[in-house]
Amino acid sequence: MAQATNVGGHQSGLAATLRKDNWWFEAAWTGIGFLIFAIYTTWAALQGDHYWHGSYLSPFYSPVFFTDPSAAGAAPEAHAWFGLFPDSLKAIWPSFIPLSPAILILIGPLSFRMTCYYYRKFYYRSYFMTPPACAVGGRPQKYKGETAILVFQNIHRYTLYIALTYIVILYYDAIISFSRDGELGIGVGSVILLINPTLLAFYTCGCHAFRHLVGGQLDCFSCSDSAKSRYGIWQKVSNLNSRHMLWAWVSMIWVGLTDLYVRLVSMGVITDLNTWGS
Amino acid sequence: MAERTIRIWRGDENGGEFVDYQVEVDEGMVVLDVIHKIQAKDANDLAVRWNCKAGKCGSCSMEINGRPKLSCMTRMNEYEPDELITVQPVKTFPIIKDLVTDVSWNYEQNKRIKPLLPKADAAGKDFIMMQEDVDRVQEFRKCIECYLCQNVCHVLRDQDKKGEFVGPRFMIRLAGLEMHPVDAADRIPQIRDEFGSGMCNITRCCTDVCPESIGLTDNAIIPIKERVVDRYYDPVAWIIRKMSGADEKREAEEKAADAKQAELQKTV
Ligand code: SF4
Ligand code: SF4
Ligand code: FES
Ligand code: FES
Repeated sequence: MAQATNVGGHQSGLAATLRKDNWWFEAAWTGIGFLIFAIYTTWAALQGDHYWHGSYLSPFYSPVFFTDPSAAGAAPEAHAWFGLFPDSLKAIWPSFIPLSPAILILIGPLSFRMTCYYYRKFYYRSYFMTPPACAVGGRPQKYKGETAILVFQNIHRYTLYIALTYIVILYYDAIISFSRDGELGIGVGSVILLINPTLLAFYTCGCHAFRHLVGGQLDCFSCSDSAKSRYGIWQKVSNLNSRHMLWAWVSMIWVGLTDLYVRLVSMGVITDLNTWGS
Repeated sequence: MAERTIRIWRGDENGGEFVDYQVEVDEGMVVLDVIHKIQAKDANDLAVRWNCKAGKCGSCSMEINGRPKLSCMTRMNEYEPDELITVQPVKTFPIIKDLVTDVSWNYEQNKRIKPLLPKADAAGKDFIMMQEDVDRVQEFRKCIECYLCQNVCHVLRDQDKKGEFVGPRFMIRLAGLEMHPVDAADRIPQIRDEFGSGMCNITRCCTDVCPESIGLTDNAIIPIKERVVDRYYDPVAWIIRKMSGADEKREAEEKAADAKQAELQKTV
């Protein structure tokens, strides 16, 4: 039996392949998984309420620059860095967007994730389809890689500096969540809030840009004492880096669940088990 | 022994077709064995390139059921007993005949890369490299030049940008040179402007197919991209370099190394 084909028997065009395995599976689950996260995050950020309970603050709303205590489950004025939403900001706030403190700060972590080398891989595959999977035809287009408009991906190391700051802030939130009205205690929420920046630290400290900055940029690891110590850090970062995808997903899911937990507790849907009895 | 159907693409640059062969497959056979059996019994003119049959020469690259692989390292028992196995030449390079392609474009790319340029004080002498410095670049030396990574890279394969991107195999060579402790050559401008580091969108297929398990994307391409960022896209790094005179120092070091090479050549 013989069938005529083009040279080499290769087909061209989107999704053209002779692969028989479920090559679409990875692109599909990552694409759908991230979409669910993006939808939930957008929804949660637009609520502007139920992001605070007792001493728990949702990571989507941290740091709180301004607060509007009239919203249910909003952070108290004392917890907002700059107090109440100023009238000047309210005046320019678009009327179709709820007055939500999350909108002012989410760009930080979002820009970090969106320029992360792992996320780039995943969304170039899942959404841009360049290519959807290996040895599977990509979307025909005037491909320019990361040289034209996507050259902005090179800001990733600056978003890393922001992300490192957020880890400090989220640890601060976690630590103060163990104290309510001056009384030290512990609750399921405070444990969740403590795990959150820890997972984010595993993700952030395995960042490729971080790996480069701590030592990867050196040509010689053995030529000076400072190079030797940077080599030590580089090795540790490299270890985390080899599981970067795992930490990216685990930390992303956890941050979403943390918001959900604080939200449900704040709404009174679930009760937080804690030593304060509230 | 089991009879199996193997579908092989037969033809040349003018076109061709898939032809099915029935073969008795013995236990332990790899795909290349089966192809050799077909060649010996049914198709004496079947063209296939191979050499070591040990996954070390990089000659026997092809696509088996759509996946770029070394045929000498692909066991027949990876496939279901009744599964049709389709064998094609690699897609990215021009066909010579049947399963053999012309990969000479790759050798041309290799020639474009400035080789190791020892620093002036290291040139002409043996130099000692410490283990930690060896460890990082040793991985890239495992490359067997099978060009499966070049074949699978969508920039070359789908987008056909051979004029703009040298491909992952040469990015690892560049990384090995750029990270070398005694090398004085500066290849960063060329890496961005001629070798096309920005064309790679880090989708990692090169890493997925490499039979030597080289971390092409994580350990070579991304570190190179970060070095390009240092040079071109990080204003703070730029200011630090200007203030510390690092650019001038690098240029002077390269010049001195070039001069030393010229001097050494004269004495040879
Ligand atoms: S990671 Fe880059 S070099 Fe490797 S296959 Fe993908 S686009 Fe090509
Ligand atoms: S890097 Fe790996 S896949 Fe690429 S040519 Fe070398 S051995 Fe083959
Ligand atoms: S590479 Fe993923 S966070 Fe930087
Ligand atoms: S024949 Fe040498 S690698 Fe397969």
